[in-house]
Amino acid sequence: MVPFSSVFFRGVRWLCFGALATTLLSSDGFQAPASIPEIVFDASADFLKLPADIYLGEVAGVATNSRGQLFVYTRTGNPTIAVGNSRLFSHGGSRLFEFDRSGGFVREIGQGVYAFLVAHAVRVDPQDNIWIVDEGSNQVVKFNADGRVLMILGRKPEAVSIRVPSSNASAAPPGRGSAGAPGAGGAGDQFTRPSDVAFDSEGNIFVADGHGANARIAKFDRNGRFLLSWGSRGIETGQFNTPHSIAADAQGNVYVADQGNKRIQVFDGTGAFKSQITSVGVPLAVCVGGGAHQYLYSSHAGDQYGMDDAAIYKLELDGRVVGKFGSAGKQLKQFGLVNAIDCRTENNLYVGELTNWRVQKLTLHPSQPR
Amino acid sequence: MKPILLLVAVLAAHPVFGQTKAKAQNVPEIPYESVPGFLKLPANLYLGEGIGVATNSKGHVFVYTRSGDTRLFEFDRNGNFVREIGQGLYGFEFAHAVRVDREDNIWAVDEGTNMVIKFTPEGRVAMVLGRRPEAVEGLVAPTPGAPEPQPEPYVFSRPTDVGFDAAGNIFVTDGYGNSRVVKFDKNGRFVKQVGTKGNQPGQLNLPHTMAMDANGNVYVGDRSNARVQVFDNDLNFKTIYDNVGNPWAVCISPGPHQYLFVSNSIPDNGLAQYRDLTGEIYKMELDGTIIGRFGKPGKQLGEFSTVHEIDCRNPNELFVVEITAWRVQKILLRAASSAR
Repeated sequence: MVPFSSVFFRGVRWLCFGALATTLLSSDGFQAPASIPEIVFDASADFLKLPADIYLGEVAGVATNSRGQLFVYTRTGNPTIAVGNSRLFSHGGSRLFEFDRSGGFVREIGQGVYAFLVAHAVRVDPQDNIWIVDEGSNQVVKFNADGRVLMILGRKPEAVSIRVPSSNASAAPPGRGSAGAPGAGGAGDQFTRPSDVAFDSEGNIFVADGHGANARIAKFDRNGRFLLSWGSRGIETGQFNTPHSIAADAQGNVYVADQGNKRIQVFDGTGAFKSQITSVGVPLAVCVGGGAHQYLYSSHAGDQYGMDDAAIYKLELDGRVVGKFGSAGKQLKQFGLVNAIDCRTENNLYVGELTNWRVQKLTLHPSQPR
Repeated sequence: MKPILLLVAVLAAHPVFGQTKAKAQNVPEIPYESVPGFLKLPANLYLGEGIGVATNSKGHVFVYTRSGDTRLFEFDRNGNFVREIGQGLYGFEFAHAVRVDREDNIWAVDEGTNMVIKFTPEGRVAMVLGRRPEAVEGLVAPTPGAPEPQPEPYVFSRPTDVGFDAAGNIFVTDGYGNSRVVKFDKNGRFVKQVGTKGNQPGQLNLPHTMAMDANGNVYVGDRSNARVQVFDNDLNFKTIYDNVGNPWAVCISPGPHQYLFVSNSIPDNGLAQYRDLTGEIYKMELDGTIIGRFGKPGKQLGEFSTVHEIDCRNPNELFVVEITAWRVQKILLRAASSAR
């Protein structure tokens, strides 16, 4: 489920400094102007060839590696709650599949892995390691290219908590880690429904955390050692309301889809705020492309069913919108909550949809304005 | 929101978070190395949280893990996968310890079903202790403020570990719910128990792990009290070692000269504040004299991510299993003062 803020956040302007921020200010606070070019595109929804006994569910994550192989992290099967003694235990609910560059099924990775409960993202790092983020287990798991576990961050709650309605509004929030400002989290990997992971060129790890009590970005070194975190719950720059997706560019800048605040915030690798992009609706998923000229893609989901208002934006890294494409719905070339974008190759995207249980392969034709 | 209220709430929900720096100072460092890639898993098998590890007399390694389901795997002495034991077992829900007795029977302690299960060396169930609550009535939320129920002889409350003496008597630490050590005879009949919740000698606050020496003494890792308590074979209190932090895992090696290993593990909550306080394992004489220490917290090879059980059948070749790294490490200890 994707929580949507009921607070429409509009009309607040921030004072930003520096040439880059000044550029971005031009679009601050405006609805997406009608002049945004529509990018012509084609789509294929049957690119992936699934064996007869394998089904996708909600596609939370899709990512390619350097050889063009696809990894799909999906909510499928039977999530189960078991009665133990005095506690309830959760099992299963998500699976990770690998496909070749032609869409042929290769294998399943991580059968029965402890962390696979409620899929939220899969990403591939520059070394072709495969990382999954699970918002049910509060875990980030690093697999090598062979599909073996190399590292885990976070810990699955031992048992399913039972919520008792309480008149005490100050009762402890769900999840763990809430030191300091609300949502700032603890100094470590106590995630609360984490949403995404990104990497810089040094191998540092950035975790967007997340849907739960935390509203922060946590940074770890390549060995999983906690370095720092930034952010808390709020509307100011540097604060978040559901940091839902994260990507890093070649310079190590970090782009955070601040979903509830309807903006993308840009930080340097130390968490210092640089700029924000407020002209792309409600960002669910962001992706920074490869190559010498990097583009930023962001999926917009304006309603929680994916039926009324959706698009994907293509931007320059400085926030200038190149164009947008797509609409909401269940047909081909329509988008039902695009929770993941793979943009390794410019103009050749893979998008994963929550409400349409599919991966669409998109081919953009940017030189053919409609 | 007042932070103190929140802290109290968190502590109430997780009474085991406290973790302390060991009092022992200037302890010699024991050189060691970790053997890379010891366990070989088939492509479709994955370890989850490393909860239990134990060897039998032939060097086979048993790993009890919280995977998607709690599972028990057997490997040979070279780390090759042999088989799974107890597929779909009624007693497997949330692993806590695995031990091997003198006859190579394999014992699993499950804190999710309140059961202790004895398997023959062939992997068949030979005896069970405790009983999984029937699920027919669902889950009843505990009444706030209600007194703890008196423990019953044959009912565990999240048991943690098991040990055996030369006569075959069975000792169970019990556990997260109860605060006691229970002695059964070799046929599973209740003999005696010791312990109530508290911090006095003979009391326990999360008896998390245990080991026995050749004389039948019981060494209990009294984790939240940050001490190892020693009881004799009749569960009479003998002594306390309180200088090695919070014992998450204890092990006593066999042979004429027995050693006690104690892990002051970094907590599983992932908070960086414990990095400089915890994560080491102590090697001790049975009388509590510290010989040395080794290890530090971390996710890399040779570092420890919340050690949960130690196998020390060979005191110089340990197996350790870790909660927050889904792995078993084979650790080779070197003598600190050995001449080259």
